Amino acid sequence: MYTAETGVPVKVVTASAGTYNQQLTAEMDKAAPPTLFVIGNTAAARDWADYALDLTGTPIEAELNTDAYNIYDESGKLVSIGYCYECYGIIVNPTLVEKAGHKVEDIKDFESLKTVVEDIHARAAELGFDAFTSCDMDSSSSWRFTGHMANLEYYYEQEGKTWTECPPELTGKYMENFKNLYDLAINNSLTAPTALANGGHDASEEFRSGKAAFQVQGSWEYEGLKEQVPNAVMIPYYCGVEGEEKAGLNCGTENCWAVNAKASAEDQQATMDFMVWCVTNPEASRKLVDSFGVMPYKSAAESTNTFLANANQYAADGCYVMNWATNFQPNVDEYRATLVSALNAYNADQSDANWETVKTAFVQGWAVQYKAVNG
Amino acid sequence: MKKNKQIGGSTIHVATRRWWPLFLGPVVAAFIIGFVWPFFQGIYLSFCSFKTVSNATFVGLQNYIKAFSDVSFRHAFWYTALFAVTSLVIINIAAFAVAYALTKGIRGSNLFRTVFFMPNLIGGIVLGYIWSMIFDGILSRFNTSIMVNAKFGFWGLIILVAWQQIGYMMIIYIAGLQAVPGDILEAADIDGATGWQTLFRVIIPNVMPSITICMFLSLTNGFKLFDQNLALTAGQPFMIQPDGTTVKQTEMLALNIYNTFYTSSVASQGTAQAKAVIFFILVAGLSLLQLSFTRKKEVQQ
Repeated sequence: MYTAETGVPVKVVTASAGTYNQQLTAEMDKAAPPTLFVIGNTAAARDWADYALDLTGTPIEAELNTDAYNIYDESGKLVSIGYCYECYGIIVNPTLVEKAGHKVEDIKDFESLKTVVEDIHARAAELGFDAFTSCDMDSSSSWRFTGHMANLEYYYEQEGKTWTECPPELTGKYMENFKNLYDLAINNSLTAPTALANGGHDASEEFRSGKAAFQVQGSWEYEGLKEQVPNAVMIPYYCGVEGEEKAGLNCGTENCWAVNAKASAEDQQATMDFMVWCVTNPEASRKLVDSFGVMPYKSAAESTNTFLANANQYAADGCYVMNWATNFQPNVDEYRATLVSALNAYNADQSDANWETVKTAFVQGWAVQYKAVNG
Repeated sequence: MKKNKQIGGSTIHVATRRWWPLFLGPVVAAFIIGFVWPFFQGIYLSFCSFKTVSNATFVGLQNYIKAFSDVSFRHAFWYTALFAVTSLVIINIAAFAVAYALTKGIRGSNLFRTVFFMPNLIGGIVLGYIWSMIFDGILSRFNTSIMVNAKFGFWGLIILVAWQQIGYMMIIYIAGLQAVPGDILEAADIDGATGWQTLFRVIIPNVMPSITICMFLSLTNGFKLFDQNLALTAGQPFMIQPDGTTVKQTEMLALNIYNTFYTSSVASQGTAQAKAVIFFILVAGLSLLQLSFTRKKEVQQ
């Protein structure tokens, strides 16, 4: 579309799932390296800062309507800027909740969530649907817990002082709260906790087809389920923290553009033009918003996604937005793989000893991976 | 006529003598670009700290010190050694047994040979995923998974490579068994040797070259195993130490190197490179040792 309009050729290279870093490492070595690439979190910012142009004062920065999704490196250089953002929490099917004799509006904190969830699970056979969808621990699903749900612990651990860089260690102060919600999800779902390690259940399909009323998911699910569950809403991670009636959704992004600092000035300008076009052109931004959710730019198209509207509504009602502290996870693939291993053992046998191991992987594992990355 | 032919013949001969580099060139060039050059660059990089290979700084032996002091690397080494030896024994015994049975003139032995050889045609990653589904299907009935128990991971991988490689080794053994001279067997028969005596005193010494090749192949295959390891367990389950460090219980050497390179920091890419060089020396050394050891036992006809 851009090439047709402006005559400037655009070449896109796509990495297969989970291999973005490998692909980028290989592409950067070539004679014609990519001019536009993704730096999604501070870890990547550290690795790729040398290759990223400082975006401060550029035309694309001028188009932003918030600086909440900018990523800076240690020296304060603006290495990448968000081109869309998303939110996650617990997706609810209000029709099913009402069928079970409850109201979504009544869910205001962990206690009320627990009451509804446990009631539905207990009467699952009679109702014909369960509370939570399957909480698989295979690689296609485990990130919903090790990446997303874990965010509640990190978020509260910040104690209001938002991290600007990865802390060297965690205290694990809110591990009990993570356990609250995690236990609730795995023990009140369609699939028994002992059968989660293998994976193979399609949680999204379970939610779409009305087999379960709750799913731990994000705003990107909206496109897939708006036909079957048009009235689906998203509620925050209620986990038993003081004052959580005022909690909002988890908002953030890992989709941030960076411009190759080692490219020629001409190529950088062409890249800049392309970025500005993406966020200002009505047709282009419409397309991007429809596939990405919402874009933090002044002239970009409006979002049609209910979950993102929920996120906005919570914020408008004065609830606190839970930032994606999870993006600071050091050496993220290793950290999460370790957590999955510990959670597998815990799911198989929910003993205190096994939960201690989960805690170790969660808290001490953070420090270990922090050291691995930062030497 | 005769004269012409001679002239033509010697012209071709002279031309071949003069132009041979032209014909050898493409292969040599491909070999240098695809193998020799990366190999030496790899060795050089093991002494460097780097993010992209075109931008490396020399750091001396630091990478090697880090590699040897890495607990997970040492664990992966012993795990791989155990795996290689176990798979070597199982694969070779089974392959020899199958080959022996299929050279006894069983009906449809050609069909059996084809069937046994088939798994070898499927790629490692695909096999890994297929078998993980099979194992998961079985283990989920017992409410467990290959991802939660390291023993399942080990034997699962053994079953997988056995299934994959027995057919291949079998073909080599069949060729070896068919080459055993009939008169020797006949002589053994006339001398009154029992079946077992014929097998151990006559047949096995005569197929020693095949045994050498098969053991060599299965030992190096065991050490170099990567795809199947990645697809089946990817190192799960991890042993999580109280200080938060982990040892991946089913991670083999090649996967350990890969993980060191891709999932850790910039500083560890050189370490991964050093591990790869150590790995090469190890596999090459072991194979040469094994080769010279079995060569001594071969019988010259």
